Amino acid sequence: MSDFDPDLLKAVAPFLWDGLLTSFGLLLLAMAGGGLLGSLLAVMRIAGPRPIAALAAGYVNGLRSVPLIMVIFWFYLLVPLVIGRAIGAFTSALVAFVIFEAAYYAEIIRAGIQSVPKQQLAAALASGLGPLQAYRFVILPQAVRKMLPILLSQSIALFQDTSLVYVVGLHDFMTAVSVTANREGHLVEFYLFAVAIYFTLCFAASQSVQLLNRQSVSP
Amino acid sequence: MSYRWDWSVLVSEPYLGWLLAGLGWTLLVAGAAWVLALAVGVTVGVLRTLPNRAARTLGTAYVETFRNIPLLLQLFVWYFVLPELLPAPIGNWIKRELPLPEYWTAVIGLGLFTAARVAEQTRAGIQAIGRGQTLAAAASGLTLAQSYRYILLPIAARNVLPPLTSEFLNVVKNSSLALTIGLLELTGQSRQIESATFHGIEAFTAATLTYVVLTTAVILVLRAVERLVAIPGLMARA
Amino acid sequence: MTISALRKASPIAPASVERPATIEITRISKSYGALEVLNDCSMSIRKGEAVVVCGPSGSGKSTLLKCVNGLETFQSGSIVVDGVSVGDRNTDLTRLRSRIGMVFQHFELYPHLSVLENITLAQVKVLRRSKTEASEKGMTLLRRVGLGDKAGCHPAQLSGGQQQRVAIARALAMDPIAMLFDEPTSALDPEMIKDVLEVMTELARDGMTMMVVTHEMGFARHVADRVVFMDDGRILEDAPSSVFFAQPSTERARIFLSKILRQ
Repeated sequence: MSDFDPDLLKAVAPFLWDGLLTSFGLLLLAMAGGGLLGSLLAVMRIAGPRPIAALAAGYVNGLRSVPLIMVIFWFYLLVPLVIGRAIGAFTSALVAFVIFEAAYYAEIIRAGIQSVPKQQLAAALASGLGPLQAYRFVILPQAVRKMLPILLSQSIALFQDTSLVYVVGLHDFMTAVSVTANREGHLVEFYLFAVAIYFTLCFAASQSVQLLNRQSVSP
Repeated sequence: MSYRWDWSVLVSEPYLGWLLAGLGWTLLVAGAAWVLALAVGVTVGVLRTLPNRAARTLGTAYVETFRNIPLLLQLFVWYFVLPELLPAPIGNWIKRELPLPEYWTAVIGLGLFTAARVAEQTRAGIQAIGRGQTLAAAASGLTLAQSYRYILLPIAARNVLPPLTSEFLNVVKNSSLALTIGLLELTGQSRQIESATFHGIEAFTAATLTYVVLTTAVILVLRAVERLVAIPGLMARA
Repeated sequence: MTISALRKASPIAPASVERPATIEITRISKSYGALEVLNDCSMSIRKGEAVVVCGPSGSGKSTLLKCVNGLETFQSGSIVVDGVSVGDRNTDLTRLRSRIGMVFQHFELYPHLSVLENITLAQVKVLRRSKTEASEKGMTLLRRVGLGDKAGCHPAQLSGGQQQRVAIARALAMDPIAMLFDEPTSALDPEMIKDVLEVMTELARDGMTMMVVTHEMGFARHVADRVVFMDDGRILEDAPSSVFFAQPSTERARIFLSKILRQ
């Protein structure tokens, strides 16, 4: 620990920075893709005819009973087989995260919509709004306020989970730190550095979510 | 898609044995980590509800620390960093003489990580009870410790049973991270079979189905427990 | 201003001056930052007296009640219950509370325990009575409030009125020197209120020392010995109930009474 040269950190900084950008890229694309697919699944479960709703429910419950690492392995193995040619770890990891996170986002969105009391829909319909209008102007605005903080918390968890691409060797921040730590023989310093970075980012983000939560509750 | 299917891999030796050993480690890691997570988590959760400000701060610090660092990194810190930071004799003992270091690291790392989540559920469960019960307990002359022991915790335990079920499932699933420090639990073994036989789909299918069965079994058992301890006259929550 | 409006207990009041005060509240004040909740409140309740505290919502009456057993703290003044100072740092509050019964607006029965267990818990854990003794006492009290057949039920299986009567029995089981009631009927449906008031009336007739925060003016008029009227954290009137209802001395009490009696 004593022989750690601060210049070393400067030398490896670009490599670690690239890793961090990969983590963020994965996070944002997975949020977008998972959010879209998750919304679709939630709508299927709430409004779809019975077989469609059951299909969505099966998807959500099935994915939620399997470890994320397992899903990452699955797509690392399957995507090249299906496409028929080798493909980067990034794409297969991204597909795994979108498929996996969609199940969690879907549950949050569904719970948010269903947390709005049924009488609200009845009142909206009674005032002459059509069903779509009722959702657009009465149900969804209330539901979004309730689920937004939870969606954001889930996304912080997702950011932490991107570190799991370590198992397929994709160079995200975690893997970059690990590679550097082993190559330079400074495990303690580099892992503690990673702790500091992850903690700062996630703590700041979760405090912001709490602030948002308080603001949306008070007025 | 050109793939040579061979499901018989799963029942041939040594691969069947590998899968069973993997399942065994998954259960051992998850079980021990859950015991640790419950003990630490309930304590920290109670700390966060006490009238004493220092106790609450301590509880909050624990939760924020363990919640804001990826579990994988926490495992690496316990495994690679901690022995170096401890006084040399203890560090060396951990590195050289501690039996099953991967196992104990996984249990402690996973247990303390999950404890932060259990603590949040416990706190929410206690706070959901409402101040009136605390006042009523105090008004009848119960001490703070007695009101936790006889009133708040028994009610909170029922409140948190459903969220704790999903935390327990998380422990089972998260035990798969132990493969990153070299413990070949269920996921690790299926990965092992894939590299040995190139029959990844079969191996992953077996592991995946095992997780699904495990998860379903846990949910069914805990639902039965919920019904068993439900308070008469109060509707079980959907 | 307030002092001049404050009426001393008149000599014709049934409670005689010689009896010792069970609850003596002297110049209590309490505030949250700039918000004054209680302002220089003084009153006393003698042994065997039933006193109703009333006033508009937000007048501080519930806060004053909770100060008596230390569930709320206060910044200045003193409260002495049976010779023990509530605000004193050295007072064993837990012990004092075990001697004062309290009944809450929302009953606050323990939902996970049966009706009888609700009544025996503090007897066993605080007073160290045997389970048998506590159960016998509990059954006697349950019969007294008309719920002898409900011992094995859980609170959620009872109506609000029944729950509140169990709560009264739970408080009585501790053989309290005084009972505090915090709006005991406000959360009840009208048809349930009568049962609870009957139990309270019987208690008062039996000589229990009672401090009752309530809007039930019938109880105040016919059962209470005195009525204390509060507004804006101050005690504006303190008079024998017959006097209070016949001719309230402050304008605010008159307005309050006319509003509440019109309902």
